[in-house]
Amino acid sequence: MKRLDKSSRHTVSFTLNGKAVREEAEPRMLLTDFLRHRIGATGTHVGCEHGVCGACTVTVDGNLARACLTLAVQVDGCDIRTVEGLAISNDRLGVLQAAFRRNHALQCGFCTAGILMSLDSYLRQNPTPTEHDIRDLLSGHLCRCTGYTPIVKAALEAAEELAGIKNSEKADV
Amino acid sequence: MKPAPFDFVRAESVDEVLSILAQEGGDARVIAGGQSLMAMLNMRLAKPKVLIDIMRLKDLASIETKAGRVTVGAGVRQAAFLAWPQLSSSIPLIAKALPWTGHVQTRSRGTVCGSIAHADPSAELPLTLMALDGEVHLRNARKRRRLAAKDFFVGMMATGRANDELIEAVSFPAGNARCAFREVARRHGDFAIVACAAVAKGDGVRLAIGGVADVPMVRDLPRLDGSALDDALNAFAYELDARDDVHATARYRRDLVRMIGRDLVQEVLS
Repeated sequence: MKRLDKSSRHTVSFTLNGKAVREEAEPRMLLTDFLRHRIGATGTHVGCEHGVCGACTVTVDGNLARACLTLAVQVDGCDIRTVEGLAISNDRLGVLQAAFRRNHALQCGFCTAGILMSLDSYLRQNPTPTEHDIRDLLSGHLCRCTGYTPIVKAALEAAEELAGIKNSEKADV
Repeated sequence: MKPAPFDFVRAESVDEVLSILAQEGGDARVIAGGQSLMAMLNMRLAKPKVLIDIMRLKDLASIETKAGRVTVGAGVRQAAFLAWPQLSSSIPLIAKALPWTGHVQTRSRGTVCGSIAHADPSAELPLTLMALDGEVHLRNARKRRRLAAKDFFVGMMATGRANDELIEAVSFPAGNARCAFREVARRHGDFAIVACAAVAKGDGVRLAIGGVADVPMVRDLPRLDGSALDDALNAFAYELDARDDVHATARYRRDLVRMIGRDLVQEVLS
């Protein structure tokens, strides 16, 4: 049995968007703070810190998780994905991100990182969602700018594109 | 909002969990999916000295059907239970109620036993455990015991679990095909203002209400209709001691109990 002492820092290593990372954390350190302050990956945002707003949503071993309800020491050895892993390259947005831009699915952008992670994970498992499915999924996120309608539209458009039904690549320019 | 400091143990066996609980008692807390406990830690409503993570214990992550009961281990996440192929045929009430628990993003982490351990009076899983006469399987370093749902939920977020006990599993009787569930909340996935489950029982119906009293409450009603049913529902609604709060008035809650209760009784008995 290994007991991690509360007053010391302990090594935590995991895979972040495909790359190995290694840093130190006290047992009480939240994954949000670990990502932002230790690793410097500030794409994951911190909103309510009690699991309600959804801004910090990431995936842990492929499953959606609130990073604010996850301890850094819990994910040692796991595969973590954050919004930084969505773009195809530094100058090219992913399909979902591009659909958000076309549809004005973000304004201030604070909630966007979490919503993108939820949708990315959901669309992989449910490639042909209905509007109801998307709205149900979005109930786990708070957005105070958009009124959600553009987000739903972007999600449905991205789903069609990912399924090969539609190609909006040219509209991105 | 950051948790107060605590030691952290990633348990490698159930015995290890039990030995820490035996030594530290109420100063130790077991963490599974963390969807209730982490929020409590962040708000410092809980300040344990040591946190014991049980999610890497494969022994606790199983769903088993034996002798007409479905036993769900402490490591089974809500999403995994919802995706269990036998759920809608074995425990249809849970297949109806579980989509109302939290959101996709919290069910993917939160466990079935964790929600029951937290014992929030408006939560769906404690309500179904009461409605179906489920049991909580407790274990300390010396012995195992089972508590009936009605003895487990003793108050708002208060349970019959002793400080040295681990909730190893919960179990539900299979069957109860004639059942219904409905909930009213401000937003889908939010805490229920009123949650209601109905299950056919003999010739009558069992009604279970969450979100109103300190614990989920059940009432077995004989087969009634018309004003006799209204009177029985009205009496039940008043006995729940509804209170006004920021989400709804006591009167509105009683209205919901009468209205949803009537709909569900009729749905189950039709």
